[in-house]
Amino acid sequence: MNDWNDLCALEDIPRLGSRVVETDKGRLAVFRTADDRVFALNDRCPHKGGALSQGIVAGNRVTCPMHAWLIDLEKGEAVAPDHGCVKRHEARIEDGRVLLRLN
Amino acid sequence: MNKQKLVVVGNGMAGIRTVEELLKLAPDLYDITVFGAEPHGNYNRILLSPVLAGEMTLPDIVLNDFDWYRDHGITLHVGKKVTRIDRTRRQVIAEDGTTEDYDRLLLATGSVPFILPVPGSDLPGVIAYRDIADTETMVAAAASHRHAVVIGAGLLGLEAANGLKLRGMEVTIVHLADWIMERQLDRTAADMLQASLEARGLRFLLGKQTEALLEKNGRVGAVRLKDGIEIAADLVVMAAGIRPNTALAESAKLHCHRGIVVNDTMQTYDPRIYAVGECVNHRGTVYGLVAPLFEQAKVCANHLAHFGIARYGGSSVSTKLKVTGIDVFSAGEFMGGTDTEEIVLHDKAGGVYKKLVIDGEKLVGAVLIGDTADGAWYFRLIKDDAPISDLRDRLMFGEHSLGDVGHAGGHNAAAMPDTAEVCGCNGVCKGTIVKAIREQGLFTLEEVRKHTKASSSCGSCTGLVEQILASTVGGAYKPATTGDKPLCGCTERTHAEVRRAIREQKLLSIPAAMAFLEWQTPNGCASCRPALNYYLISTWPHEAEDDPQSRFINERAHANIQRDGSYSVVPRMWGGVTNPAELRRIADVAEKYKIPTVKCTGGARIDLLGVKKEDLPGVWKDLGMPSGHAYGKSIRTVKTCVGNEHCRFGTQASMGMGIELEKMLFAMWAPHKVKLAVSGCPRNCAEAGIKDVGIIGVDSGWELHVAGNGGIRTEVAQFLCKVGSAEEVKEVTGAFLQLYREEGYYLERTVHFVQRVGMDYVKSRVLEDKEGRRALHERLLYSLRGLPDPWAERTDGPAKREFVPLKLIA
Repeated sequence: MNDWNDLCALEDIPRLGSRVVETDKGRLAVFRTADDRVFALNDRCPHKGGALSQGIVAGNRVTCPMHAWLIDLEKGEAVAPDHGCVKRHEARIEDGRVLLRLN
Repeated sequence: MNKQKLVVVGNGMAGIRTVEELLKLAPDLYDITVFGAEPHGNYNRILLSPVLAGEMTLPDIVLNDFDWYRDHGITLHVGKKVTRIDRTRRQVIAEDGTTEDYDRLLLATGSVPFILPVPGSDLPGVIAYRDIADTETMVAAAASHRHAVVIGAGLLGLEAANGLKLRGMEVTIVHLADWIMERQLDRTAADMLQASLEARGLRFLLGKQTEALLEKNGRVGAVRLKDGIEIAADLVVMAAGIRPNTALAESAKLHCHRGIVVNDTMQTYDPRIYAVGECVNHRGTVYGLVAPLFEQAKVCANHLAHFGIARYGGSSVSTKLKVTGIDVFSAGEFMGGTDTEEIVLHDKAGGVYKKLVIDGEKLVGAVLIGDTADGAWYFRLIKDDAPISDLRDRLMFGEHSLGDVGHAGGHNAAAMPDTAEVCGCNGVCKGTIVKAIREQGLFTLEEVRKHTKASSSCGSCTGLVEQILASTVGGAYKPATTGDKPLCGCTERTHAEVRRAIREQKLLSIPAAMAFLEWQTPNGCASCRPALNYYLISTWPHEAEDDPQSRFINERAHANIQRDGSYSVVPRMWGGVTNPAELRRIADVAEKYKIPTVKCTGGARIDLLGVKKEDLPGVWKDLGMPSGHAYGKSIRTVKTCVGNEHCRFGTQASMGMGIELEKMLFAMWAPHKVKLAVSGCPRNCAEAGIKDVGIIGVDSGWELHVAGNGGIRTEVAQFLCKVGSAEEVKEVTGAFLQLYREEGYYLERTVHFVQRVGMDYVKSRVLEDKEGRRALHERLLYSLRGLPDPWAERTDGPAKREFVPLKLIA
């Protein structure tokens, strides 16, 4: 699975939103920012396992819906003063399609 | 491109706080150079007293060590006093000839102690009490000498006297006024404080003027007063006040008048030069406490960062301090007068004195001795200009008398052991909070919430956390207020300002609102976006854009997210009344979708818990019932008792009334959740007394009560009016809720809304102004007209993106 895979059209992910992706390695969340960048993270907050895919996206961050931890989408890290990180995967856009490569 | 150069003169709390705020906003904008006259990094000057008293050591009070300056690329010149500003060449020149160019200059030169112009004031052994060097001199003197005289019984003088006494000296305090701390305390409070200080061995000479300091063996030996008395003194501490340090600014011909004069952006008369802190005169006021300086720092940093939108409008100040273990608090117009009323509690033997000064409907001042636990709360009431008539009978007994849960009723932070749990939601103990405040250098409630999570969930322990903060950082603490607080970190605008702009400018979308209000972040954050979205759709129903991505997940998914990521589903049962067909469908759904838990809610509905998100549309379709909105900042439920249709005591048809109200309010979004109840007689089995609107049937009609709350802090609803007909019940209820929808702040429950605006205001809008009431009710009905059932809308097709996961096929 370490190749780029076609996931969906960019339009399938709402701007400032996300989609859950089921893979054989578990659930991921794919986010789309206001300026149409895409990021993929495991769908588990490093705090207590909340579903990051359900959070509010602003800038390059998502707020976990459980206890409002802020996760940096680019780094996959909690924003200070909280500490923790979540596994990242590679995502990019090509010809209006979202491509994903699992790490 | 070369960066611009910022030079800061003054390495104290105001100057460095400004630099910190600036680094947060624009970390790479300037090359920063800091000059400090003292040979140290930035330290917490307020904590010099605990150092003098031997309770803390110098390293404990350092706020920014030398590593901090290095890590932020700041050039630091310590021990160098700046003596000249060349405004033409834009240079500052220090005593030793060090010269730095500037594009922007920040003056934070603080203040200088006032040295009485009496003979002998230049003798060795005569000092002020201002910095680390003075503190070290006092510690050394205490080790080798016996008699100390402190001139001035203000806050600083008493702390110096206390510290010297603890270090073994005989201390006499000479004071010009007739009672101590006359600028913070009334006579009764001052006498009590003085008595307890005397009991600890301090000696006071009040109403006395110093005439001369007399020499003995090459240093000071005695103090002579105007009335001829001489007191032995090996050490004299001048604590007779401070003056803004404007020498440098004046030499540079900057306009000074009892301080460096600045405008609301902290700019001096030279547009390249800013000033903050104790050296500044803002609108005629010079601030000597730390809290206002931090507000100035924030504003100044905003302008240095070229954001250009913050404004400093002055600060209200309170004093909270501890002298030899006695807590003292004062704020506002504490003296009172002929136009004001006073509520006083005076337990002389117990060492407690509390005076609250009330002007009309407002609390305007407070003095507390002995028990200052509620100081922060009183200060908030004073600053918020909050109407207190409804609290008046409980005001003296403090905030906790209003009822609290989650921390075992504890209300006195000072008396709590470190192991005591303060925040029952997040399991945070007092010791953890104190440690974080000390180690991370926290000063505000927001910072404590961020670092420890204490009081960040339900907020019921906010008062306790504020007390811990106040007792840990001392006078540097500034209580948070609701009225003038920015909506979130993305803006300087308050809720009121945002609401007003949306209405007056007819803003119809979040991007439009953010652009007009000059939001500082590109798409806001999880705090401001839901608030903006609510303000838009409530102000401009059917016109403003409702942005699902700016709603919390529960309102986007129309179900309540649970801790394991599954959802709960509560179907609408009008008035809590159901039938066998509905119950059968619920049972079938629970089995078909393998829903693990089915229970009754507090609002008398049925809750299906543990539903997978992808199953939600199917569950809704099979239920065939409308959304119960148990997940939203919206109308939740109208709870009813059975009423006169069955109950032998019932006087009114409460079920029918509940159903009518619930149908009228269906799909109503609000600043926070809204719960109603209708009882058919005064036995009130529907518990209407703790609802946002509680309606109680009596033989002759209906009583309406509003602004109750059964949650964090139990609040009994207040009586609004009694009406005769069902139509009137609906109109008054609708008008009250529409007023709340139009003027409430996001996440403000009706109880807090009514506390803020006052019950009299609510009555004037909803009862006395009959036209206005009808108009409010009409606007509510217009907003709700044609709103669809969100579940029916989503049972097939359009909302697939939200509910169906993607699959990755390799």
